Amino acid sequence: MSSSLTHARNSLSSPLTERRLPKWMPAANAALALLLAVAIGAGFGLSSKLQWGLIAAILFVGIQYLASTAVEGRRHAKNTLATSLVWVAFLLALLPLVSVLWMTVSKGIGVINVNFLTHSMNAVGPNDKGGGLYHALVGTLEQVGLASLFAAPVGILTAVYLVEYGRNGKLSKAVSFFVDVMTGVPSIVAGLFVLSFWIIILNMPYTGFAGSIALAILMLPVVVRSTEEMLKLVPNELREASLALGVPKWLTILRVVLPTALGGITTGVMLAIARIIGETAPILMLVFGADAINMDPFNNPQSSLPLYVWTEYSRGTDQSQARAWGGALVLIVVVMVLNLVARGIARWKAPKSATR
Amino acid sequence: MESPRNTSAPPQSGPQDNQTSDHLAGSSPRRGRSAFSAPGKSRMGDTLFAGASKGSGVLLLVIMAAIAVFLTWRSIAAVNADSANFLTTADWNTQVDPMVFGIASIALGTIISAVVAMLMAVPVAIGIALFISHYAPRRIAQALGYVVDLLAAVPSIVFGLWGALFLVPHMSGVNAWLNDYFSWTYVFKQQLPGSQPRSLFTVGVLLAIMILPIITAVSREIFLQVPRAHEEAALALGATRWEMIRTAVLPFGRSGIISASMLGLGRALGETMAVATVLSPSYILQFHILDPGGSTIAQNIASQFNESQGLGRDALIASGLVLFVITLLVNGGARLIIARRKEYSGADA
Repeated sequence: MSSSLTHARNSLSSPLTERRLPKWMPAANAALALLLAVAIGAGFGLSSKLQWGLIAAILFVGIQYLASTAVEGRRHAKNTLATSLVWVAFLLALLPLVSVLWMTVSKGIGVINVNFLTHSMNAVGPNDKGGGLYHALVGTLEQVGLASLFAAPVGILTAVYLVEYGRNGKLSKAVSFFVDVMTGVPSIVAGLFVLSFWIIILNMPYTGFAGSIALAILMLPVVVRSTEEMLKLVPNELREASLALGVPKWLTILRVVLPTALGGITTGVMLAIARIIGETAPILMLVFGADAINMDPFNNPQSSLPLYVWTEYSRGTDQSQARAWGGALVLIVVVMVLNLVARGIARWKAPKSATR
Repeated sequence: MESPRNTSAPPQSGPQDNQTSDHLAGSSPRRGRSAFSAPGKSRMGDTLFAGASKGSGVLLLVIMAAIAVFLTWRSIAAVNADSANFLTTADWNTQVDPMVFGIASIALGTIISAVVAMLMAVPVAIGIALFISHYAPRRIAQALGYVVDLLAAVPSIVFGLWGALFLVPHMSGVNAWLNDYFSWTYVFKQQLPGSQPRSLFTVGVLLAIMILPIITAVSREIFLQVPRAHEEAALALGATRWEMIRTAVLPFGRSGIISASMLGLGRALGETMAVATVLSPSYILQFHILDPGGSTIAQNIASQFNESQGLGRDALIASGLVLFVITLLVNGGARLIIARRKEYSGADA
């Protein structure tokens, strides 16, 4: 009697609550896989820790799948497989990315001091210690500033045209298409264009300004896209209210639409700046690089932060490569600060600008 | 950005005020009317502003056209001076007279490295994006999103520096292992085992790492937009989490994944400095991707630039034009795919 009851309960319970792997299974399995991988790696004398990690990952996914098939059935096994693959993908991809940041910080931090930030490379040889990136900092600020002076207004106006004026006209469709295409123009092609047009055909010298033309071309589509998205978020009721009060369209745009979207637009412009500030290729071709401080972006070659990293790397000595890491760290910090401030503005402004 | 005009500066050319609006106006400085109520005479400010914004749009088109025109113009001169076939020659030598150069090997290297990068980056990026949008504990998911966005902004030269000084030494073991067990695939056969891994494969790995964040960032955005109703419906029907993702999330996000991948592909194709730091270039046509050598269009331009003069530079511009056309096709194709799929994937939000 009792045995048949338990039997009945078992057969009843199985379709309702299926058998599942215990919650601690992934953690235990991960530990097991790691242990096995270390054993295999050490046993077979595999030198690269990368391989140990890969073996551990494969073991983890395999064991997890087999255990799940045995306990939970095929559908759940597939689910478990996907879950563990997603986790492994995440952890594996994190490694190199964290490594990039960690190496830059750890190798760069030792180089950076007041002297490094306030001196140029003038008369500093590849094997000398010291030297700095002041000239590159100046160059970057001037070139990126000039590029933004052109790209930000033109980009915002283009976005205004796309959203407010040229709704679905032929011209606006063409502009919209080419904004996308322009986003994909490689920086080196933008550099080649300025080279052919500005330097070869117009016979202009290598200057910071030539570089900033190329940077502006790279920046323009990013500004247009982000501004366009922001303008689309401005509720139509605001425009209608303003127009209904008799405000002309251009004032409506200037005084109602743009201020409403200002936070988002600022964010977009800053993210665009963060993107172009690290461009090396066009600067290499158009600004040419210099070791001394040149404050004038319209005359004579300049340097810039990414170009500084490249030239110091290519000198190949220990001292210069240390400086390259220092330059890379400064560059990353600048980009991160720009990003964080931009996102801060976006967050701070967000509730006001979007009521969607 | 220009600052907004002063409040009390209505357009000078404001037409006669309408009586009813005068009653309502009160003290507010408002003499204008919306464009649709005054069809006859367009206002100065409106005309100017509309003209400026339209002009900016046109300027953008002009820039794109100018890029194509000037690159083509310089290229024609260079290709005419080429004593070999521009499309099928592997060598690149602009120092000799007559010049011998062609894009065969550098275009091949560009495509190989980009394909290697895409094969590795796209599945992993989709995995990370899914992890952030659907698997990670909610509290850390947003933080991870920020981190990925920040990583997408790390300049390529930093990746190049890391690639040359960290990744290259660490790739030797991987190369040897691939050569040991997979040399039968031809692709992974090393002609000179133990040679420096400054190869197209290493470049591909580095490019994959570089484009991971951008593909992830864009795909994650799309995955987060999947209508909750779709997901809940799938789960309510008894789907496991993976089945829910396969039936609700991935179909919705397909066009987004494609556009994200194309964005990544565009970056991989045009990447210059990271390739230049890692590769030891040579102009040979070969598919043994573990062997050092090979080169890409962008890297070739950067490394040849300082040594080239006159027509040699035009030759580099010609190769840049080829790169431009390739990226144009990739981006245009991606856009077409997205436009075609929009009507199917844009389910109610």
